[in-house]
Amino acid sequence: MKIHEYQGKQIFAKYGVPIPLGYPAFTVDEAEAMATRLATETGSPVVVVKAQIHAGGRGKGGGVKVAKGGAAEARVLADKILGMQLVTHQTGPAGQKVGRLYIEQGLDMLKEFYLGAVVDRDRRCVAFMASTEGGVDIEKVAEETPEKIITVHVDPITGLMPFQARQLAYALGLHTYSKETVGKFVKLMSALYEVMVKEDCSLVEINPLVVLKNGDVMALDAKVNFDDNAEFRHKAAWAAVFDKDEEDPVELEAKEVGLNYVSLDGNVGCLVNGAGLAMATMDIIKHAGEAHGVTPANFLDVGGGANQEQVTKAFSMILKSDKVKAIFVNIFGGIMKCDVVATGVVAAAKNLGLTVPVIVRLEGTNVELGKQILKDSGLAIIPADSMSDAAAKVVAAVTGGAK
Amino acid sequence: MSIIVGKDTRVLVQGITGSAGGFHAKQCMQYGTQVVAGVTPGRGGEKFESSVPVFDTVRDAVRHTGANASLIFVPPPGAADAILEAFDAGLELVVCITEGIPVMDMLKVRRVLETLTGKTRLIGPNCPGIITPGACKMGIMPGHIHKPGNIGVVSKSGTLTYEAVGQLTALGIGQSTCIGIGGDPVAGMDFIDVLDLFNKDPDTHGVIMIGEIGGGAEERGAEWIKANMKKPVAAFIAGTTAPPGKRMGHAGAIISGGQGTAAAKIAALEAAGCKVAPTPSDMATTLRSMM
Repeated sequence: MKIHEYQGKQIFAKYGVPIPLGYPAFTVDEAEAMATRLATETGSPVVVVKAQIHAGGRGKGGGVKVAKGGAAEARVLADKILGMQLVTHQTGPAGQKVGRLYIEQGLDMLKEFYLGAVVDRDRRCVAFMASTEGGVDIEKVAEETPEKIITVHVDPITGLMPFQARQLAYALGLHTYSKETVGKFVKLMSALYEVMVKEDCSLVEINPLVVLKNGDVMALDAKVNFDDNAEFRHKAAWAAVFDKDEEDPVELEAKEVGLNYVSLDGNVGCLVNGAGLAMATMDIIKHAGEAHGVTPANFLDVGGGANQEQVTKAFSMILKSDKVKAIFVNIFGGIMKCDVVATGVVAAAKNLGLTVPVIVRLEGTNVELGKQILKDSGLAIIPADSMSDAAAKVVAAVTGGAK
Repeated sequence: MSIIVGKDTRVLVQGITGSAGGFHAKQCMQYGTQVVAGVTPGRGGEKFESSVPVFDTVRDAVRHTGANASLIFVPPPGAADAILEAFDAGLELVVCITEGIPVMDMLKVRRVLETLTGKTRLIGPNCPGIITPGACKMGIMPGHIHKPGNIGVVSKSGTLTYEAVGQLTALGIGQSTCIGIGGDPVAGMDFIDVLDLFNKDPDTHGVIMIGEIGGGAEERGAEWIKANMKKPVAAFIAGTTAPPGKRMGHAGAIISGGQGTAAAKIAALEAAGCKVAPTPSDMATTLRSMM
């Protein structure tokens, strides 16, 4: 789960990661009022108006602007940014609509750095990465000049040790700014590790981390991703920072009924049990059909124990896309019994008045019973014996080669 | 003719009084697995299915029944604690089925596991478990699709394992042992650990290895195969069509920052001398062509 910069900064503040003064704004009036408030509090009219969307690269896309002339200028900028369709390298060509702003004090900075923490799945620990190349796309740095990224790995038993933070601080040259800068960085990084562990994050990133003229270090940006598996520990807090406007509405609906759904661009709906089999089903559709313009419309894992209601729901979600020309049901019944799935498919087909061809491949527990139920239904369901047989029938159905 | 589990495996089930734990404990017993104890704190003294004694702690269960392996169905909030309790009791094998354990919990579990090298093995979490056909089923896989034989199967995905096993059995090819290592980013045994055991097992003659997008376990496995594996390995990697940045069901199945793509994994496996099945329908025939 992703959250906005201003929400990430509120968490940072709670743990003692230094951040600039700033306030969220949901309207142009609020933006102006917050700019006025900041000017009073800081004694400087300079504020930054920042679009709040979950994707990175906001500055380059025109979503971050400096107002040097105070609140009136901030208002003009806010009016431009709020409601705009912000396109960045992470949003895709359609962009993401800006529904919230963050109004932040402007600062005199000397230098921008990068600092991030991730769960390193290969080393099985939290890894911190830092770089002197701050304020730019870190993936590009990793690709082009990997020697400019310094990494330390944290033992989950000891937690982050001060010496590890010092290693990064000296490698970044922070001792050249002021006597206290290294110590301030060590404090910041220790606080960031606390955020990572206590808030169950999968990623925490500050890009840029800045050194100010007075030698202070500060998080000028905040990217925080939560580990979805830990939701049970943070139910209320995570519900409060969840922004449904940033989510795909169909994926959101699926999540609410306990289904795993990812929207894709193709024309074959997929209904599968198990994540691996669901991915493999997409793969075989593309393998068999790409040359004929037949590709998967979605990833959908109904899980190990789906009931009839969930199968019906799954069908209705697949059919929300008018691109869908056929549906591929692929079930390997283990815990899930084929007759239960077959009953669900028949009920859904009748209730929803299905007009697109449905190709069903059943295997595993109670498979004969399941096949019989499909046959007896009187519906135009196309049975298949294996995944490759089913994929061929899907391609034929979409391209008009079979009925 | 198997690895890790067999006729002598004495299984205790943590979470045996829950609905999933109870259902699958019964299925395992019907398959012929020796389920000798259950553990649910607060339910000690009860009997499961009027025959299996239930204990309050894993240590008690081990002391009274001589159990040497644990199968865990404890829900995510208590799952890491359950795994660590099984480690503490000195069990040789811990299989955790639970899906949805926070990664911060698994980092600690993994750290403790590393101090137990040579003593305890962890399979999972978020996996179907392990089966030696005809001898011991410790997991949630449908037992009846398996057939005793000489092919090892190791996989990150449950249903794709069933798919591979179903294909093998349909061709009349049996399996030595089938292991689901799970789809979480941080887990117990990985491909290399399992391949090493298959390599040493005289009754395993070939292996099907099933990976998916995300992480680098498949690439590391490929390196290991190139240097060490003496038996044919057929592979399949799921997620060729998965879009980057999206979690595909499994917590670990995500391409991030251009890392963990199916194409990179397939290339690594082919460079290591494996044959990669072009579609998930061809896993068994691909292996047969190598035997």
